Amino acid sequence: MPVSAADVAAAAALARLQLEPGAAAGLARELESILAHVETLAAAHVDGIPPTASAADVPAALRADVPAPEGLQVPLEAMAPAWRDGFFTVPRLAAHRGDRSHE
Amino acid sequence: MSDALHRRSIAGIAGDVASGVQQATAVVRAALSDIVRCESGPDRLNAVISYDHDAAVADAAAMDRRAAAGDSALPLAGVPVAIKDNICTLGLPLTCGSRILAGYEPPYEATAVQRLRAAGAVVVGKTNLDEFAMGSSTEHSAFGPTLNPMDRGRVPGGSSGGSAAAVAAGWVPAALGSDTGGSVRQPAAFCGVVGLKPTYGRVSRYGLVAYASSLDHVGVFGRTVADAAAVLDVIAGHDPLDATSVRAEQPALSGAIRHAASRGQLPLQGIVAGVPDEYFPDWVEDGVRAACSTALDTLRELGATIRPVSLPSTRYALPSYCVLATAEASSNLARFDGVRYGVRTRDAATVDVLWELSRSAGLGAEVRRRIILGTHVLSAGYHDRYYVQAQRVRARIRHELDDVLASGIDVLFTPTTPAPAFAPGTHAGDAWGSFQSDVFTVAANLAGLPALSQPVGRSGGLPVGGQLIASRWREDVLVRVAAALETGLAA
Repeated sequence: MPVSAADVAAAAALARLQLEPGAAAGLARELESILAHVETLAAAHVDGIPPTASAADVPAALRADVPAPEGLQVPLEAMAPAWRDGFFTVPRLAAHRGDRSHE
Repeated sequence: MSDALHRRSIAGIAGDVASGVQQATAVVRAALSDIVRCESGPDRLNAVISYDHDAAVADAAAMDRRAAAGDSALPLAGVPVAIKDNICTLGLPLTCGSRILAGYEPPYEATAVQRLRAAGAVVVGKTNLDEFAMGSSTEHSAFGPTLNPMDRGRVPGGSSGGSAAAVAAGWVPAALGSDTGGSVRQPAAFCGVVGLKPTYGRVSRYGLVAYASSLDHVGVFGRTVADAAAVLDVIAGHDPLDATSVRAEQPALSGAIRHAASRGQLPLQGIVAGVPDEYFPDWVEDGVRAACSTALDTLRELGATIRPVSLPSTRYALPSYCVLATAEASSNLARFDGVRYGVRTRDAATVDVLWELSRSAGLGAEVRRRIILGTHVLSAGYHDRYYVQAQRVRARIRHELDDVLASGIDVLFTPTTPAPAFAPGTHAGDAWGSFQSDVFTVAANLAGLPALSQPVGRSGGLPVGGQLIASRWREDVLVRVAAALETGLAA
């Protein structure tokens, strides 16, 4: 199935990735060459076989839904670049500079 | 003498250190000396990308104190080990071979590493890898490529190329890697060492940075089958911190090897090895085919019965893997956004731009390509065609392997790769080529089966790997057959 530059641009936007100007067309050709091999899957006889998302033959274990210790080896605040009132503080975005209402 | 301390078997090192005959500090200093001498010189392999000399020696000294105090639970006493740099360790950076994690030091340690340390091992370095374990050559690292110690004009394989190279160079007797589609077995084959991928759920993935969670395994490199088995014995076992970790019977692998060697009859009497025709197509390189033929003759001489089998879905394994791995990667790597993790681009005006700029600057070209591919196959209009179909094919491949292994076959034998190590740049500009050297290894990941690569000969002077695959949870059969084959080929 053909892959267009627009398809690549759409996927990149969903993946939060910027593309260099003109890169989408080349990437589309690369993806198309990969998907040409993937298309062979359509010939596989899988009628009646349910899809599986796991290699495990037992379901993932669930623990009791009760609060548990963090399991961290150092306190959370020791890992924070900055910490205030029980929250991490992070650098302000440029759009918020000068706008104190977001503090 | 001291230079050879770390080049001995794990049993030899651990036995002497635990009994006080040898000091762990001497062993670890010898390993570090090799690493520093090579990696700081003009002939560097670029296999170890971070280490803390003083901390490793201090850990070794603590190990010596444990031995002196009579601590008997030290099967890896004083054994220097290297850890692939997508596995968390305390006290060393974690990069995943990516710029986006520059400066990150994990606040916790992987369960596998904790168990290594508890057993007396000493971490001497973190090893290079294809960025976020995406690749088969260790060319795609922000820290530059790793060279193959067997031939510096060849790649060491990947993505765990640094760990394979560190073991092959003789710096450490064992190392940890991760195997999503063959990333332990393929570099083991290229570097002439043993690579062991356990059953999915056997070893905790807690502390392993996820690439494709349903396919990721922590695996082991060793110079010998016994060394790899000794490490797996230690790191295996249920871990409540990994929801996919399984409570399964865990026979002592080292014991299985000793048991096989001590039998009066032929060591593989009663073992049936299946040889799938689909793993020996005409495009397998002649030298690889010849080495595998010799290995099969040796298995027969050791008492095994060789039986042809058929796995017709093999041709779908690589396309299925390609879809599933990239789809899972597109989700798993969303966390590297410049906010939760990662280097942050300055002066972004909005959060959207912050995410896009940070990810685009921090992630390398191969990772970005795989994320975009994975996002594409999951997007509306393509999800059923690609992703759901790949999931169905995965189930078929798994059933097929399970059925063959339940039909009186103890192990399957295949080449690990269709050709020996290739030259750097071989797959540049060939998007599909970067997946192709995993063509014989991905099925074991899709099915979650234990598999092992071991040296079975040479082709053009380069190591050739033979792969064994066993039934789920039967690592004991795997290492028993592999150890006998190792001995038989050396005779």
